Amino acid sequence: MTPEERQVFERRRRGRNIALLVVLLALVVLFYLIAMARLSRAAGLG
Amino acid sequence: MGADAAMSKSAVQDPAKGGGDAPLRLSGSGTTLDLSEVRDWIALLKPRVMSLVVFTGLIGLLVAPVRLHPTLALTAVLCIAVAAGAAGAINMWYDRDIDARMRRTANRPIPAGRITPEAALGFGVTLAVASVVVMALATNWLAAGVLALSIAFYVFVYTMWLKRRTPQNIVIGGAAGAFPPVVGWAAATGTVGLEPLLLFAIIFAWTPPHFWALSLYAHQDYARAGVPMLPVVAGARETRRQILLYTLLLAPLGLSPWLLGLTGPAYAVVAALLGAGFLYQAWRVLRDEQDAEGRSLTRDAPARRCFRYSLLYLAVLFAALAADRLALGGGAAG
Repeated sequence: MTPEERQVFERRRRGRNIALLVVLLALVVLFYLIAMARLSRAAGLG
Repeated sequence: MGADAAMSKSAVQDPAKGGGDAPLRLSGSGTTLDLSEVRDWIALLKPRVMSLVVFTGLIGLLVAPVRLHPTLALTAVLCIAVAAGAAGAINMWYDRDIDARMRRTANRPIPAGRITPEAALGFGVTLAVASVVVMALATNWLAAGVLALSIAFYVFVYTMWLKRRTPQNIVIGGAAGAFPPVVGWAAATGTVGLEPLLLFAIIFAWTPPHFWALSLYAHQDYARAGVPMLPVVAGARETRRQILLYTLLLAPLGLSPWLLGLTGPAYAVVAALLGAGFLYQAWRVLRDEQDAEGRSLTRDAPARRCFRYSLLYLAVLFAALAADRLALGGGAAG
């Protein structure tokens, strides 16, 4: 791999890592919302 | 390691991507995420198929007699969408050889070399597992189980077993696309009753005329790839006959929710009109001008119209069902 290709590859990998971070954070939020919804349903609020 | 290597190959290949499609970039502190690359990953999910699946799954949720918490309902729809996308990605991984031979699919991310097969498979399997697990956490295990069954059916029964072996691939494989309303209903109620099974049956009977209308004018692609679609194996004339036969089955099935007292008369009127329209389209396909071997002399204009009508048919029929239950409170069920 040439230095230029290496640079492109590393930049892309960083981009993918950030995309993965966003997905993981979205999952955290989703799980929180699911838990709240299920708790409110169990408590007869929803 | 495999995934890393896959990413590496994809990353190195991308700058050479042809077609004059200059990549748009989201940049920040030396980080670049090509929107064209994002588009490729989204294309793996077959978004057009996904939209239909989401719609029918949503209808399953809406017509169920139990109201799900909005957050859980949205999560269930999200899971149905992701599961459909996952099945599509695995399908593209498995069918990459025939996709490369068909004009319609040759530019998909895998045959075009923009995403490696290993990366696509990993992506599909990850999404499939995630969608089933989240569905179980948000709703119940029955909905998650039916969702898993629908993915497995599409991947193993349709893609790997039937598609390359029999012209009945669409008939049996169509069941995979018929699961979403059952999943939606199961997510809301925790059960599977008669009504979601009727919705399943409607989509099951709708799929052959819908898909064969398309394959009538795309059969050369399937022949080139060696896929035994009905027009390739039995010819256009027999395909036109089969389209009409399945439409004759579909029209009364569309009315069945009303016949069984599950909906009101407004739905029945819409279903009857839609069914009559579909029969008319199928009749036009059968009577298309053709040569001695059954080849269309009109560039399959009636088949193209029939295909477009089939999409309208399902959308309006299911919307009418949901409207009947939500706005008019029709039928005895619920």
